[in-house]
Amino acid sequence: MFTFIFKRLLIAIPVLLILIVGTFILMYAAPGSPFATERGVPPAVLANLERQYGLDQPFYVQIWRYIWGIVSDFDFGPSFIYRDQDVNDLIAQGFPVTLTYGFWSFVVAVLVGGTLGIIAAIRHNTWLDYLAVGISIGAQVLPNFVLAPILVLIFTLWLGWLPGGGWQGGQWQYVILPVIALSTSFMASIARIARASMLEVLTSNFIRTARAKGLPMRRIVLRHALKPALLPVISYLGPAFVGMITGSVVIDIYFSTGGIGQFFVASALNRDYGVMMGITVLLGALTIFFNLVVDILYAWIDPKIRY
Amino acid sequence: MLATRAIADQLAHKDAVKGRSLWADARTRFFRNKAAVGGLIVLLLVGLFALIGPFIAPWDYEEIDWSVLGRVAEAGRPSLETGHWFGTDPLGRDLFARTVQGTQISLMVGIVGAFIAVIVGTFYGAVAGYFGGRVDNVMMRIVDVLMSIPYMFVLILLLVVFGRSMLMLFIGIGLVSWLDMARIARGQTLTLRNKEFVEAAVATGVGPFTIILRHIVPNLLGVVIVYATLLVPSMIIYESFISFLGLGVQEPLTSWGALISEGSGEMVNGTLWMLLVPLFFFVVTLFGFFFVGDGLRDALDPKDR
Repeated sequence: MFTFIFKRLLIAIPVLLILIVGTFILMYAAPGSPFATERGVPPAVLANLERQYGLDQPFYVQIWRYIWGIVSDFDFGPSFIYRDQDVNDLIAQGFPVTLTYGFWSFVVAVLVGGTLGIIAAIRHNTWLDYLAVGISIGAQVLPNFVLAPILVLIFTLWLGWLPGGGWQGGQWQYVILPVIALSTSFMASIARIARASMLEVLTSNFIRTARAKGLPMRRIVLRHALKPALLPVISYLGPAFVGMITGSVVIDIYFSTGGIGQFFVASALNRDYGVMMGITVLLGALTIFFNLVVDILYAWIDPKIRY
Repeated sequence: MLATRAIADQLAHKDAVKGRSLWADARTRFFRNKAAVGGLIVLLLVGLFALIGPFIAPWDYEEIDWSVLGRVAEAGRPSLETGHWFGTDPLGRDLFARTVQGTQISLMVGIVGAFIAVIVGTFYGAVAGYFGGRVDNVMMRIVDVLMSIPYMFVLILLLVVFGRSMLMLFIGIGLVSWLDMARIARGQTLTLRNKEFVEAAVATGVGPFTIILRHIVPNLLGVVIVYATLLVPSMIIYESFISFLGLGVQEPLTSWGALISEGSGEMVNGTLWMLLVPLFFFVVTLFGFFFVGDGLRDALDPKDR
């Protein structure tokens, strides 16, 4: 087990480095100075600015400083547009918000999706099953950026039940719509995966044995079928996490929740390279870390995995 | 004796029993599937809409109807008299023409993205699977690495650094779309590699790349086609996502994502058609692709014959 974790770590670290170096090269190769504006800046001022941000140094010095800043001080560098803020400030501001609704979305997607899929499989070919399949097909064509306007239209404009945006320190009314918009398509995928694998497990030999010796259905499902049926769901958690991180950009933009995605898009539109790079690297690191955790979890639960 | 002779003669002259090929079989099974055929019809209609729409639209997608400007909520609603069949957008541009234009872009992105994925992914996966061993290990590790990068952010980065253009969008989408395909193709190749016909080809001295192109890839086609039909909608979703954020196609060009984003920003003003029209096309097309993909999977799956 420890060798397995060690090996996976050995892969994760180079991936992270590739990501950092890759984004850095992209930024370095970007045409024009980040401080150049349409009005034109005098060359002397430009040179001063670049010296202040260390952009006049050779490439390897810049990249070394950047990586070392992250590793030693967890410092993602300055913003090139806002003088009084650096990337860490923006992260500190936006990350708790993203984490709050991201966490709830994840919980909802896994719990509701998993339950739905398993119930659908147990009640195979009944109205419950058809309902679950219907929901998961419907949710497939409603990605978060499509669902969000629909939700606001129904619950804010027509019914007037929930606010259509804002955050207000994370009061529950403000969290509900973002969570639904973000979690629905992943909930549907999880339901579909859980249903398919539960159906397969329920027809396998060891379940037949359990039935033959007269165990009640509840006990069969909870004690014998659940664990193997949930394995494929676990392997889907990695991609789901990536999808939610990406989706949070839409949520932040549409609901103005003030999460990290809002800063990312704003910096993309402003060409604020420092912020873009910082957020990409941070979210990339998170993704890689989460995939690592899922892999280890999977290897721990599934006895068939050799390591 | 004579009788047997006659039967033998008869048999000799009779035409050989016509074999049913995999594809003919699959075709009959596909057309028996109502949902799949429905999906196919919907897709054909949407395609037709994108192709002939520009010729029947009374307005151009860039043209501004000055008579509705400023009172879009009343004068810009869908009507037959003004020629704005789907209404206008907030700038007084005809939504029918813009939807046609957006459909063209979205479909093109979807199909081109899937096409790149098919070509690169199939070949990459087939090579990795066929050679196996260390080559396979290195090639698939690269795929793993690329997969664990949050591609959407990298794609947005690319679009910002190198300027927003259709070409950049295609390159960005093409960069990531082939990864899943490569995995699938590799998995299939691993089982194909040990089949007798490959062994026969090796024994007769056929080179490895010829084997991959002539013997492995044709046998992958079924899986590849199914996956490609499911890939088109996900490419459309990527593009719409980026356009929704305002980082995709640029004005006056548009796409479903851009139209949905525009419509959702305007719905407070009571101009619901701006959201509902592109939403309808988006949803209907995705449904079409998913149903066709499912139908193809059922039709081409040799497991349930």
